[in-house]
Amino acid sequence: MKKTFRLVCFYAGLVLLWDALYKLRIWPPYVFPSPGEVLTALRQGFVDHTFWIGLAVSLKRVLAGYAISVVVGVVLGFLIASSSLIADTLGSLVMSLQSLPSICWLPLAVLWFGLSEKAIVFVVIMGSLLAVTMDTSLGIRHIPTIYLMAGRNLGARGHRMFFHVLVPASLPHLVSGLKHGWAFAWRSLISGEMIFVSLGLGQLLIMGRDLNDMSQVIAVMFLIMAIGYVVDRVIFDRLEHRMQAKWGLAQTA
Amino acid sequence: MAALVEVIGSRIDLRNHARAKLTLRGVSRDFVASKGKLVAVHEIDLEVREGEFICIVGPSGCGKSTLLNLIAGLDRPTRGEILLDGRPVNGPGVDRILLFQEHGLFPWLTVRENVEFGLRMKGVPRKERQERARHYLRLVHLTHFENSYAHQLSGGMKQRVSLARSLAMEPALLLMDEPFAALDAQTRDMLHEELERIWAETRKTIVFITHNVREAVRLGDRVVLMTFRPGRIKLDLPIILPRPRPMDDPEVAVAATSVLALLREEIEKAMLEELQQ
Repeated sequence: MKKTFRLVCFYAGLVLLWDALYKLRIWPPYVFPSPGEVLTALRQGFVDHTFWIGLAVSLKRVLAGYAISVVVGVVLGFLIASSSLIADTLGSLVMSLQSLPSICWLPLAVLWFGLSEKAIVFVVIMGSLLAVTMDTSLGIRHIPTIYLMAGRNLGARGHRMFFHVLVPASLPHLVSGLKHGWAFAWRSLISGEMIFVSLGLGQLLIMGRDLNDMSQVIAVMFLIMAIGYVVDRVIFDRLEHRMQAKWGLAQTA
Repeated sequence: MAALVEVIGSRIDLRNHARAKLTLRGVSRDFVASKGKLVAVHEIDLEVREGEFICIVGPSGCGKSTLLNLIAGLDRPTRGEILLDGRPVNGPGVDRILLFQEHGLFPWLTVRENVEFGLRMKGVPRKERQERARHYLRLVHLTHFENSYAHQLSGGMKQRVSLARSLAMEPALLLMDEPFAALDAQTRDMLHEELERIWAETRKTIVFITHNVREAVRLGDRVVLMTFRPGRIKLDLPIILPRPRPMDDPEVAVAATSVLALLREEIEKAMLEELQQ
């Protein structure tokens, strides 16, 4: 309750400050719109369906890229953790590629796939795949030895060891990998869309700039933030909390 | 005193000469250390009879855990052989179940699922699995907790689940590596009683490692004392006191004192070596 009160006060103050700055007229209104104008732009965008379409297109792309990243990333992560040969080779490649912002893949993606949906999905994959891979392999390497010993002692071998001990024991890291992967996927998508692809939220943002409509730019920014936040907080945080409670790790939360 | 008990003990040895469950012959294990070879255990000869409860005591670093790992098959001896029911031990097997100090229960499974785990790995059908798990949970008095998760239990309860999980495998040999060391005194006393009762009911052969001499005397048919590096058998003492033996029983105390004196020598040796490093 106290927390909600603080939050409301903080954001109300922020909006008031914004409005006050607007009223001071330091910048012309087309550069620095008022909160009211942004709200109008937001409503307008939904009323004329452009935001709905943008949202649907962006979500479709991010889900496609993210789904592929999760499947491939988890498999790669297990491979890297399972053999020191793969860890030293593929693992080091994944590590070095991770320092590359995914948008750097866009020129190549356009060459390979043309100006198509495939190119943007490829950028999304390159953004989130590596995070999922790293967290998965980390999760397996951080499994307490006692679980492996207990598993082996009780006769778990081969695929049984894998599915009944390794996978569940690495679940906490796996979930955080999924969360990181999502964050990267969403960011990659928006930067990709801002550069070339039609429709989508990133494109709406650029369109606002081209039309000198800062209200629309800010409205779309809010939208992008809202989606990222909702998925992160509502879906992944809940998943994490539920798992931690079941595992008895919730004390830190 | 110790010598006297030993003489009596050897006579008992002759009397109930039961079948040897576990035989160690000249078992040694060397490790390659930075300053050369480290002999963890050296030339161990040991025979454990069917249904016997033996306790191995020794200072830390005497190789008692190494010895247990060798019996469990998680490690191989450098020299010598280990026989279970007359057959050599090659690698780990579910006929020898280890119990650790850290219980090692899986946090993603309920208590009953934990107890079922080994049976599931063996491919025992669900129904039979559940029945056996319930049976062993009853044995450790945890029937009401079958649907709880490990973190909801106290330390002693976790160790009891771990015991049930091991027993459910119906192993020929139960290997316990300081299972009660992390528990408070009252809980430990309770678990001693429970373990003794379960042992009496199931007639399992138990090899129990501890650094607590009283615990060893309280529980063991025999107390085996190991020397500090290299780990050799210094004393193999039959305990012929009637059961149950409370920890504060004067006779337990007397027997413990004689073992403790010998253990002290080893602890001093260990401390001296540590100082020299």
